[in-house]
Amino acid sequence: MTRVIVMLVFFICCSTGGEIAMTHGMKQVGEPESFRPRAILRFIGKAMRSGWVWFALPLLAASFYSLLALLSWAPLSVVIPASAFNYVVGTFGAKYLLREQISPKRWMGVAMVCLGVTLVLLT
Amino acid sequence: MSHERRLRFKTLVMVLLMVVCANLGDLMLKRGMLEVGAVEMTASGIWHALLSTMHNGTIWLGILFLIGFTFCYMTAVSWADYSYVMPAGAFGYALQTMLAVVILHEAVSPRRWLGVVLIVVGVLLVGQTHPSTTPKAVTP
Repeated sequence: MTRVIVMLVFFICCSTGGEIAMTHGMKQVGEPESFRPRAILRFIGKAMRSGWVWFALPLLAASFYSLLALLSWAPLSVVIPASAFNYVVGTFGAKYLLREQISPKRWMGVAMVCLGVTLVLLT
Repeated sequence: MSHERRLRFKTLVMVLLMVVCANLGDLMLKRGMLEVGAVEMTASGIWHALLSTMHNGTIWLGILFLIGFTFCYMTAVSWADYSYVMPAGAFGYALQTMLAVVILHEAVSPRRWLGVVLIVVGVLLVGQTHPSTTPKAVTP
């Protein structure tokens, strides 16, 4: 059981950390000037030079493999709600690390999505 | 088109593309792996599976869709909030259920329908908030 709890915490940290680092990196890169091929290539080039994007990629890969490990160790009824809980942890991360303003309406939406994903995936 | 409406429109387009690419990517990987067959968990079995997947066009198509998903996700969060894009992406789970009913004529349990309704209402609630609440560059 301890192994599952440690891996769950590791999974949530990697997943949320990776996505927040990616968002932070992309905010620094800025949006593409247009959707013409040259502008898209320039945008991808800028993203590939961002340290935050390179920091995010191994974290996201680690979250993927830790999810696979969890699925092989613990029942789906434990893993799915825990992975859906990512939406809540991610929103906290967005609020305190990325300084996003989370209105009550957005919190309510996130909570409903979290519950809905759990119900859909557990069926 | 006003700045706010333009922002909502392009975020909506990116989120829809994310959902389509993720679902098609997963579907292609699943189909490709069915073509490859069950992987034997021995060194030679894994090596054989690796070679088979590298020569499988369906798997490459799946990888292409997943790269498309990553590109759309990175583009969306370059202008929109993470807390806006992340829950909106969950619409894919609702879409999967609806496609399973419409195309595959699968029976869906009431519990799953309740989940779909919660996701759709949750995404609609998040969608009513402003897509971007931060300056373009932030320091965590």
